[in-house]
Amino acid sequence: MSTTLYDKIWNDHLVDQQEDGTALLFVDRHLVHEVTSPQAFEGLRNSNRKVRHPNLTLAVADHNVPTTDRTKGISDQDSKIQVDTLEDNCKEFGVQLFGMDDKRQGIVHIIGPEQGFTQPGTVIVCGDSHTATHGAFGSLAFGIGTSEVEHVLATQTLVQKKAKNFIINVNGQLPLGVTSKDVILQIIGKIGTAGGTGSVIEYAGDLIRSLSVEQRMTICNMTIEGGARAGLIAPDEKIFNYLKGKPMSPKGDSWEKALNYWNSLKTDTDASFDQELNLNAGEILPMITWGTSPQDVITIDEKIPNPESEKDEDKKNSIERALKYMGLKPDMAATDIKIDKVFIGSCTNGRIEDLREAAKILKDKKISSNVNAMVVPGSGLVKEQAEQEGLDKIFLNSGFEWREPGCSMCLAMNADKLKPEERCASTSNRNFEGRQGRGGRTHLVSPGMAAAAAISGNLDDVRKYQN
Amino acid sequence: MQKFNKLKSIPAYLPIVNIDTDMIIPKQFLKTIKRTGLGKNLFFEMRYDDQGKEINDFVLNQNPHNESKILIAGKNFGCGSSREHAPWALLDFGITCVISSSYADIFYSNCFKNGILPIILEEEIIKELSEYANRKEEISVDLNEEKIVYGNNEIKFKIDTFKKKCLLEGLDDIALSLKKSEKIENFENDLKNTKPWIFND
Repeated sequence: MSTTLYDKIWNDHLVDQQEDGTALLFVDRHLVHEVTSPQAFEGLRNSNRKVRHPNLTLAVADHNVPTTDRTKGISDQDSKIQVDTLEDNCKEFGVQLFGMDDKRQGIVHIIGPEQGFTQPGTVIVCGDSHTATHGAFGSLAFGIGTSEVEHVLATQTLVQKKAKNFIINVNGQLPLGVTSKDVILQIIGKIGTAGGTGSVIEYAGDLIRSLSVEQRMTICNMTIEGGARAGLIAPDEKIFNYLKGKPMSPKGDSWEKALNYWNSLKTDTDASFDQELNLNAGEILPMITWGTSPQDVITIDEKIPNPESEKDEDKKNSIERALKYMGLKPDMAATDIKIDKVFIGSCTNGRIEDLREAAKILKDKKISSNVNAMVVPGSGLVKEQAEQEGLDKIFLNSGFEWREPGCSMCLAMNADKLKPEERCASTSNRNFEGRQGRGGRTHLVSPGMAAAAAISGNLDDVRKYQN
Repeated sequence: MQKFNKLKSIPAYLPIVNIDTDMIIPKQFLKTIKRTGLGKNLFFEMRYDDQGKEINDFVLNQNPHNESKILIAGKNFGCGSSREHAPWALLDFGITCVISSSYADIFYSNCFKNGILPIILEEEIIKELSEYANRKEEISVDLNEEKIVYGNNEIKFKIDTFKKKCLLEGLDDIALSLKKSEKIENFENDLKNTKPWIFND
């Protein structure tokens, strides 16, 4: 029978399946961070259980870490306890940890690929919804809760039910200045934040194949914002070249065997999907979010929606609520929205190509005097690479701050946050109420759009700044 | 895990769609290393003003909804972050049953690990049930019978049989899976042969 890529990975990991369809799935790779793991380790300790496969588990502190000078440690006591607890737990249970002073430290979804821990055809989980990022490598990667983290630590398996198959084909070429961030924002706008619920999305089409590995990660990363369990892309030469020689990638004979298997990972041509969406890349424009849900998207040329023109009562209320929170007026132009802050970073857009894209726009320019802007590289290795290329100088000269790696203002668990009513152009993934700080107002954009906004002092069209 | 069987309560109604887990429990409360004590911070930003005082308009601050065990809410409840702190906060507040027309996948699954029953019903029925919240009248949930009784009416809901059994008996997932240790070991042994690189061998 013809099967999809998701079907193949699923079938390949079935340890057991009950009559009612409930399955026990083997987990090849488990990423752990400080926020969603303490209660899981505590549970193991209370039941006298061990970590079944410490060598299939990799831990890092990212959510709580300061992005300023780290030599003095963490000043926030609760954050410090959480980071210290992770360190203690990793020591006690024999799990490998990249500590805060390790240059490999960074956002969990950035370090996995960087180290070659993330591999095609694997099942990858982490107590974090943006685990979907790793799907870019043709793995089945999804976020889990803390009870499930404990379950994976103890058994190296997970209780799951099969999701539906959803395919999104994107064909054609992106216009100049339009990026994979705009593609995924457009997709979420079309399907809505619950559009993918109960499904695994496979991204296909010639546009997807033309994207770099990092651009693919941005798309898979925000799949969760469309409500899907996971997003994945069939692995190809770009993925194999990316992984070759990475510290945790297979070596020698193992590499050849792995490559042989990885080459088989694709959806059969006549496989059927439960749902399908087709997009023309040529019609996608630079996007922004205007509201408090990632589905609240418009292009930079458009106006803010007017609740009066919405017939559905629920939608009308939700637009009114969002406009009130965001401090915006119906029908105003997107480019009239003045901003206070710019955040470039996160597991969505904190990789080297993202920083290059923003730096290209900022080169020899100054940011608006009304704007406070910062770059938080996704990992120590991204930071090092950027510094080797002189990108840090471009950011600093333009007026950006250049920080240490971590999740930072994507979710504002550390000191980096918006004040009430402050407005931010952010390359992160969520514009929920209070996400970047109580009362803070977030507009999700691509790195180039964030750079353009920093220069102009308002949301602006990155195409203006393309050479 | 706490068992779930029957429940009777005046429901609280939160008529907002896409309630995300950041709304249910904001990030400043994720710094805990415990599962308990989050109830007072449930829906923190809607529930308290800048000075930390309770906002009277918010339903969970109003008597008798401040003691509701059942929460009725708009569609796509629990979207966003995977934080299990969301069901922990609901549970700690005393809410053990949520009724909505749809849920985000991870939140839905997290509920069952904590003895919380998330019920899915048509929006029309939800509107009817919300009247009981407005009138401050009790409704009853019976998991075994898979039904809700409200006034002289009753409505059936559907639930996965395995998840139902786990809730009714308060079963520990890990203990259940460890009973399949032999199967896990066999799988691992096969894996070492077929995909040796997985174990870094």
